[in-house]
Amino acid sequence: MISKSSSRRLVGVIGAGSFGTAIANILAEKSDVLLYVRDKEKAKAIMTDRVSSSQHLEENITIVTSLEEIGNSCEIIFPIVPSANFRSMIRDLAPYLKPYHVLIHGTKGLDLNIPEGTVITKENPLSRKHVRTMSEVILEETSVLRVGCLAGPNLAKEIEQRQPAATVVASHFEEVIDEGQKLLKNDRFMIYGSNDLIGIELCGVLKNIIAIGSGAVSGMGLGENARSLLISRGLVEMIHIGNALGGNTKAFIGLAGVGDLIATCTSSLSRNYTVGYRLAKGETIDQIKGSMEEVAEGINTIQIIKELADSLNIRVPITETLHKIIHGKMTVAESHTYFMKFPFRAEIDFI
Amino acid sequence: MKSLGIKRKTKTKYKPILKNNKTWPVMQMAKKRKEFVHLVTEESFDNLLELRRGKSLKEELEMTIFRERQRVKNNPWKVDPDDDYSYWEGQNEKLVGVDALPEEEQEPRLKEILRDVVDRYSNEIAGHFNPSHYNVTRTLVTIGFGRLLNAARVKGPWSVFSNQLDLDDKIHVKGKLDELRKLAKIGTVVMVPTHYSNLDSVLIGWVIQHLGLPPFIYGAGLNLFNLKIFAYFMNSVGAYKVDRRKKNPLYLETLKSYSTIAIREGCHSLFFPGGTRSRSGKIEKSLKLGLLGTAIEAQRQVFQSEEEDQNKVFVVPVAINYHFVLEAPSLINDYLKRKGQQRYYEENDEFTTSYKISKFLLKFFTKGSDISVSIGDALDVLGNHVDAKGNSLDKQGEVIDIKDYFKSNGEVTENHQREQEYNRILGKKIVEEYHKHNRVFSSHLVAYVAFRMLGRIHKHLDLYGLLRLQDDDLVIDYEVFKKQFVVILDELKKLNAQNEVGLADHLLGDIDGVITHGLKNLGMYHAVIPVVKNKKGNIKVQSMNLLYYYHNKLQGYDLEKFF
Repeated sequence: MISKSSSRRLVGVIGAGSFGTAIANILAEKSDVLLYVRDKEKAKAIMTDRVSSSQHLEENITIVTSLEEIGNSCEIIFPIVPSANFRSMIRDLAPYLKPYHVLIHGTKGLDLNIPEGTVITKENPLSRKHVRTMSEVILEETSVLRVGCLAGPNLAKEIEQRQPAATVVASHFEEVIDEGQKLLKNDRFMIYGSNDLIGIELCGVLKNIIAIGSGAVSGMGLGENARSLLISRGLVEMIHIGNALGGNTKAFIGLAGVGDLIATCTSSLSRNYTVGYRLAKGETIDQIKGSMEEVAEGINTIQIIKELADSLNIRVPITETLHKIIHGKMTVAESHTYFMKFPFRAEIDFI
Repeated sequence: MKSLGIKRKTKTKYKPILKNNKTWPVMQMAKKRKEFVHLVTEESFDNLLELRRGKSLKEELEMTIFRERQRVKNNPWKVDPDDDYSYWEGQNEKLVGVDALPEEEQEPRLKEILRDVVDRYSNEIAGHFNPSHYNVTRTLVTIGFGRLLNAARVKGPWSVFSNQLDLDDKIHVKGKLDELRKLAKIGTVVMVPTHYSNLDSVLIGWVIQHLGLPPFIYGAGLNLFNLKIFAYFMNSVGAYKVDRRKKNPLYLETLKSYSTIAIREGCHSLFFPGGTRSRSGKIEKSLKLGLLGTAIEAQRQVFQSEEEDQNKVFVVPVAINYHFVLEAPSLINDYLKRKGQQRYYEENDEFTTSYKISKFLLKFFTKGSDISVSIGDALDVLGNHVDAKGNSLDKQGEVIDIKDYFKSNGEVTENHQREQEYNRILGKKIVEEYHKHNRVFSSHLVAYVAFRMLGRIHKHLDLYGLLRLQDDDLVIDYEVFKKQFVVILDELKKLNAQNEVGLADHLLGDIDGVITHGLKNLGMYHAVIPVVKNKKGNIKVQSMNLLYYYHNKLQGYDLEKFF
């Protein structure tokens, strides 16, 4: 229950997935938290068990099922829901948002926004204007301007075990970074700030592609040499895509870029990694999707980035290969030989 | 001329929105000039003591005084005060003398110098609005130009006294006029026009009084005051002076305070947010955000005040279009030179003497060539649209309270980084509005199509290669040209239907007529007409640089792909 001391602020979290729950728990150390759960049944279960996404909930987190309540009682809100539901959730929340609100999201996916009646064809290919990061969705759908995002190596399980970690809060507004820092920082959770909002968002989004690749490397039984090769080439690919979509190189070589990339590519705790691993073991993408509890954002991201890269004319060998595997046009074994023959010229050409 | 037989259309005459000119904010400001200047001094002084960019007050003063002494020596202007030299030498001596003082007296002495310099700056910047001059100028401009116009276009000995043609036959003011008049009554208007020509400020001055609005204050480049004809006009319309030679923080802070206080106190203002005239002829893409930021700061200060009646600031983008920009040759040369690939010899600025300007004005008002001024949708200082009552609307059309944008933990706070970001957002929005309200003229379209076709034919050439094309390479077959012209015009009509761009009425006639109209009007007073029809009836380009300049007006609409 919410403690009586009125000096504590009320902060909102939307989405009780594993990352949303982890963030709610961190926030609860300093503030009282409202945690929004869409599904009423699930909300009831969490309320009685005090367990969400197999994480124990702090006492001062209150479960709510109304977005209105979140909007009206919290000035700062952390939306952390899958990218596929993000826009519709923001639309439902929008009527309760005022220009004084601050939104810091933690979703690592992209939004496809193709206007009705538009057909994506060769003549009219998918372009940047059809693809939105989550902060862009918020700016498009609401009157809120003070927007930020969270990204970094933050595996929910390790956070729950109260192990040390750090994250990046990115925003064009210093006050948003400051607020995020004040709310999240504690003696085992460090916060860095960045003003490259799009760059940091893209770090979180693009690393999921490489994580799937890394899972596949393990699934094939390859060793750490191969993984390191994949990770370092993956970073280069992320930077090329990131630059084309409006992010700066700097973001990618920091905590949210390299940092998160290493964590997700080397830990079997990561969902996207699991997807790759199971693909390599011979399961189809539909089998994998059907049996996962939470969405692996990387699958959707691969699809979008592949099409974008085609229309932007940039080379994305890893994304392309994974795209072929997912669509059954190449086996994991074939991809291995294909990839080893890929003609790279300069190793690093962006610094 | 044929049109003379046509009966005059009944025109809307706009009554002044404030009957009593004593209630004009700018009058109040002129009356209390001394108090106003004092207020500017005090606020800039306080701000300067508060924000120090990693320098001590002494270093800041040393730098400023050093640069001012350099300026007096190397770049003196006619308008500079007579005591410029002695003043800055005097300040320098005072500053040097500070070290000899006992420690506890040093700080107060430095502050004294700072206040003195800032006070001089505020006095320099402040305008000399004079209501009787204002009335004289206004009458002169309207009647004088009106007479010239009639004398030239209405035949017969009494033509000078004819009333058949007014200035508003020549200048088409379109867009949200009534909204602007309404908003000017309930709040403070900051008008932000595009900027192509030195004529713009005169033009906007005329539009403002034509719409019955009280005078707007306007930061005019001090270089314009070197010219008597402009100086008189500027002083009478409530212009204040911006000296681009002075780039020191003390001066800039004073300038900002001046503008902020004026807006806060309800003076309608005019900025050219592009900073200077568009060198390339393109619609402004990146705006100089400095003065624009004062609108945001003023709005926040209003919200911070405890007063009941909280004045709202409205930002109104205005797109100006000409067939012909007098300065085009030098502007485009300047642009190309800056881009640096080719050597251009310097040309004189056409606006160097009063004689030249008068000659131009005479030509301008006696011959064809229309001008359009499109008043855009009013925005609040965050770039949201506002309704007729001045309420800010969000994307769903719901009323929002923009005071909330300045709040943190429930209170309005002063946060410069936040406001800088808002400034960037507002700037982006203004650029969008420019594109929407830009009105395409036949001449722009002719230039655009001709230039792009040549670019397409000579695919292998870069911009500078294109500009160097000679003779036969500069001829385009008329029928081919016409075909392409229709394609682009149709695309523009589609954009127009989606409210993405405005089209001049003369674009709706038959195609040959539109092309002829465009050829006739495109840069019509330049020594070299940019494009003509040659003897065989084909399109012949005579000046690639000018063609490029006028073509740029249609950049940014993604039309390139149709070639």
